[in-house]
Order: sequence, then C-alpha cells, then structure tokens
Amino acid sequence: MPEGKLCNRTPVNTEEQLHALLADKSGKQYYEEMNHLNVDTKALWATIQKTLKSRLKTWLEICAHCGMCADSCFFYLANKKDPKQVPSYKIQSTLGELVRRKGQVDNAFMQKVMDVAWGKCTCCNRCGMYCPFGIDMGVMFSYLRGLCHSQGFIPWELKIGAGMHRIYRAQMDITTEDWVDTCEWMAEEYEDDWPGLTIPVDVAGADIMYTVNAREPKHYPEDLAEAAILFHVAGENWTVPSEGWEETSLAMFAGDWEACKLQVESVYDAMKRLQAKRMVVTECGHAYRATVIEGPYWAGLPNGQTPIPSFHYVEWVAEALKSGKLKIDPAKKIKEPVTYQDSCNYIRNAGLKDAARTIMSYIAEDFREMSPCKEHNFCCGGGGGMNGLGRYRKERNNGLKVKRDQILATGSNLVVAPCHNCWDAIRDLEEVYRVGIRWSFLKPLLISMIEVPEHLKPKEE
Amino acid sequence: MYEFLTGPMLILTFVIFFIGIIWRTIWYFRGLSWQLDRVAYKPHLSYGIKGALRSVIFWLLPFGTRSWRFYPGTTLLVFAFHIGLLFTPVFLKAHNIILNERFGISLPTLPEGLADALTLMVIISAFFLLLRRIAYPQHRIITTAYDYLLLLIAAAPFITGFMAFHQVLNYQFWLIAHIISGEVFLVAIPLTKLSHFIGFFLSRIQLGMDYGIKRGGMKGKGMAW
Repeated sequence: MPEGKLCNRTPVNTEEQLHALLADKSGKQYYEEMNHLNVDTKALWATIQKTLKSRLKTWLEICAHCGMCADSCFFYLANKKDPKQVPSYKIQSTLGELVRRKGQVDNAFMQKVMDVAWGKCTCCNRCGMYCPFGIDMGVMFSYLRGLCHSQGFIPWELKIGAGMHRIYRAQMDITTEDWVDTCEWMAEEYEDDWPGLTIPVDVAGADIMYTVNAREPKHYPEDLAEAAILFHVAGENWTVPSEGWEETSLAMFAGDWEACKLQVESVYDAMKRLQAKRMVVTECGHAYRATVIEGPYWAGLPNGQTPIPSFHYVEWVAEALKSGKLKIDPAKKIKEPVTYQDSCNYIRNAGLKDAARTIMSYIAEDFREMSPCKEHNFCCGGGGGMNGLGRYRKERNNGLKVKRDQILATGSNLVVAPCHNCWDAIRDLEEVYRVGIRWSFLKPLLISMIEVPEHLKPKEE
Repeated sequence: MYEFLTGPMLILTFVIFFIGIIWRTIWYFRGLSWQLDRVAYKPHLSYGIKGALRSVIFWLLPFGTRSWRFYPGTTLLVFAFHIGLLFTPVFLKAHNIILNERFGISLPTLPEGLADALTLMVIISAFFLLLRRIAYPQHRIITTAYDYLLLLIAAAPFITGFMAFHQVLNYQFWLIAHIISGEVFLVAIPLTKLSHFIGFFLSRIQLGMDYGIKRGGMKGKGMAW
C-alpha cells in the first residue's frame, strides 16, 4: 500500500490534518499505516546525492571503527555496554547502510532507521567530542532524521509537533490572541505584589526582546510572570513580540527543515519589526539552539547570525548579577549542596558554560559540579525530542539512569536545570526512580533570593 | 625486478600518492557547504582558524584531550603505532640512500638501532590493535574484513622490512616483498580509508571551525577538547 491517511510523506499544513492526527490516540492507526508505507527510493537517493557532501561522506568513509565513541554515549552506558549502542555502529548500520545501498531500502529498514534515529540517539553531539577524527554522529543522526521525515517515517508526536509549527508558528496551538491575553493576564495577576509590573507587547526599540517556549504560556504561565518580575526588578526596558515569540522547534527534532525555516523566520521578522537592541530567550536549550545557533542557516543568512544579537537566559542572568542589576540577599543563597545540569544545546553546542558558573557562584554556597560536566556533560536523557515520544518511553526511562547516577554522585538533592528538556527529564527520573531529588529553573530561585528595592515593593495598606 | 620496483613503479606510486592526497583535499574543501554544514566558514574565518588549530593540536598531543585520557591504553597503542608508521620510513637510512640515488634528494636519517626499535613498535602495536578488535565486543561489532585488510596493508611493510633488515632466511625475498608492500601501502592511502592520513586533518579542521564559529567559539573560550 502506498501512503496512509495519517502516515504519509506530506507534512501537516492544515488544522484538519492536525486534528485527525491528534484524534488518533497514541498514534495507533498512524503506526499501523506506517507498516504499509512504501519507500520512494528514487526520491530518497536523489535527496542523498544532493545533500550528502564531503563532510558527511568523509565521516562515513574514514571511521576507523576504533570504538572510542562507545563510552561517550549515555545510551551505551545505560544499556550495560550493549555493542549495538556504540554510536559508530548505530550510524553505520543506518545512514551508512542507506548510502551503501544507494537508497534501495524497504519499509522494514526505514522503520529500523527511525527507531535508531529517535530511540537510540538524542543528537546530544557528545560522541563527536570523543572521536579522534571529529566524526559527529549527532549531526549525522540529525541529517538522517531529515531523510526519514522526507519519507514519512517519523514518530507520531513529531509529525504533530512539526505541523503545529507550520500552522501556529509555535509547538502548540497558541494563537497570537491567546499569547497576548496570557501576557496581560499574568501582568494583572502579579501586579498587586509587584506594583508597576507590565509585560509590554510590541514596543519598538526596547533594549530586550524576550521570547519563550510555547509550553510556558500554555502550561506554566507563571514562568512568564517570573521573567517579567526579574526584568522589572533589574530595571530592563524590555518587550515581547505579539508574533514571533516562540523559539522552540519540534520541527528540528522531526527533521522537517522547511518547518524549521518557517518557525525561525517568524522570530527574525519580529526582530526586524521591533528593532530591539538584543534578544533574550527563556530557560530552554533547544529553543536557543534552534533559533540562535542553527536557525540562521535554515533561513539562509550567510553570516550565520540572527538579525539582532541573541542571548540565552543564563547569559542575561549572569550579566545582571555581575552588573548588580539583580542583587542576591546573602542570607537567602542556597545553603544545601546543589548541582547544575549543563544542557547539551547551549553548553556543548553553544559554549555558555561560564555564564552558568557565574550564576552558581552568586546563588549557591555549596555548588557541586557533576562529573563529567560542562561541554563533556551527559545528555539529561530526554533531549532531541525523546521526552515526548511514547514509542521510545522505555528506552528513555532506561537512559535516565546515567543522569540519575551523575546527580547522586554529587551528593546534592537539588538540581538547577535551566532547560525545559532537562527539567522534564530530571522530573521524570525522580518519578521513575524515586531518589529524592528536586529540580528547578533559575527564575523561581532568583525571585526567592533577590533584594527588592524599596520603591518596587507593594505599599503597606 | 628490484630496478623496476624502485624505478618506474616507485615513481608511479608517488604520483598516485601525492595526486590522490591533493585531490582528496581539494574535493573535501570544495564539498563544504556553509548552508548544509550550517557553518559560516568565510564570514568568520579568524574564529574558524582558531577553532581549527585547537581542534587539530589538542588531538595531535598524546593525552591532549579528554578522550585520549579516557582510553590511556588505546592512546598509547595508537600513538606508538602512528609515530612509528610515519617517522620510520621517512627518516630511514636505506630509504634515503635510494632517494638520493634515484632523485638526488635525502633527509636526515635515524640511527639504525632506533629505526629498528620503531619498526618493532609498529609491529607490536599493530598486533595489539588487532587483538583489541577481536577481544572487545564494542570493537568487534563495528569491525569488518576491510579493517583487518587495512591493518595488514599498514603493518606489512614493517614486518617485511624488519625481516629484510635482519636477513631472516632469504634476504632477496623479504626485500622484494617489502618494496611491494610499501608501494601498496602508499597507493592505498589515498584510495582507501587509510585516507585518514589527510582526512584526519580535514575533518578535524572542519569540526574545529564548526565549534569555533557556530557552536560557542565566538562567545566562549573555545571547546575544551
């Protein structure tokens, strides 16, 4: 059978298609249809020939099969050193094989590829740091996901997620109106405690254009209020765009490069429209990676830079603490042992380790590094979209063991995790393994320990 | 036979070797795409060069990277193997005598005892690299017949050279076998995945530029390999 009604090679572009997919609980029918989806081998090979250039070809060819990538992979470690989890094996038996067969592969092969590309790799890029040749298998798996996407072999949730971006320019069904309403609502909600608190929408020429992860307005609107409070206390001249406020990209996890482009362009349009001095994004790793690190290339910006300088939330916090815009009450610093989860997306893949250390030096009395840490830290276990994929829940939960043990080894029960994916993964690892740890974004911690200037405090009745 | 192998055949070998290496290098750089690789190579070239240098230099130093330190045994084997592999043939006295006879050029040479030790080092480390492939499941699973063949191609000139130097049984046999296997090795470098001879540098430069330009090099202090 060729393409199914839900599982096919056509991306989701209409609400009707989206609702049909959402109505299919857990993707039951979707995955059933996938069993019959044929592979357009001609198109697949044509895509490979057009996009597999010297970098990837060389990586596939010169791999010395030395196995030095093995211990770099947290899935390999979590699966009791199963040789089938060696990154080199995973990529050679999927992308490598696909290229050797010149795209002449069948349905079963593509399903296997999908299960490896999403179920055995989070694209954390750690293996690339352990290969003497610099073969970055995370990059190759991301490329492979794009090939899978073009053939319709992608996890159900990511087909929906990429569709959301195509329709709403957000990973969730939030309209411009919903977003602006949420901003107003949150400002009103917290106004009594924080006199003068506003969430300015579409103010041109502000110092900071703030952007978020759609989960915040949808599920944790207080996060938006907390961001507003911290900007307010720091005296920042800031704004949010009414459109182009969403920085995440499930499309990136899906390998839907066209949707990736549409999504980041909505943010770049906002940057150009509002002409803020700079952009700051919320505590999300992949949002920063997608919009700031990879996005300019999807959008075809040859200098690889966003239209205005862009910063991750940890950079802004580190700067606000250093410059004294935010002052920590020494009595309220974190006293207990606390560790920091280095997100692959903005630490390993964007070099922001020092900002994180600066923050911890201001807020914690007993900061304990994980081992390994910084660029060498392990993925939380939920990256690359893995947290949200029902099909690979077992693999995900198993992989969380590595992070669990890393956290426990620090002797701290509190993990600062300024990344939505990491935050979720650590929450889930506590739910699965019950080791008695807590986890937090920076914003609530900072609000609980900043010194608030007199004039910003509510007037006593 | 000897005249032919060290005359026209040697010239042909060098031609294939050098042209192959040059061609690979040109092909690699021409195939880089700022948009597909997602690295703005040209607009930020100075950051790229810095990243590339870090990426190559740290990896050329034994124990210079976390990965080299993580696998100390492998690191010793790999460096012993490659140092012997690269230095012995280039600075061997006998080779430079031939070079001088044929082409009128020669390089400084190693004392014979040292050259002999380096040769042994290559043979021994090759043997352990072979064992490593067989012994460990995480290496066995990715090892193919091609990997064994390449290890043989790389080690053969050293084994035969060692036998010839020590005149084991039939000197003439080992000498001819040595020249042939040496020429096979040189030709195999650009034509097989022994092309990591140059590919190591190309790939490391690329990833170094990637980290130097895109993945943090312009904000942080550079990747701590």
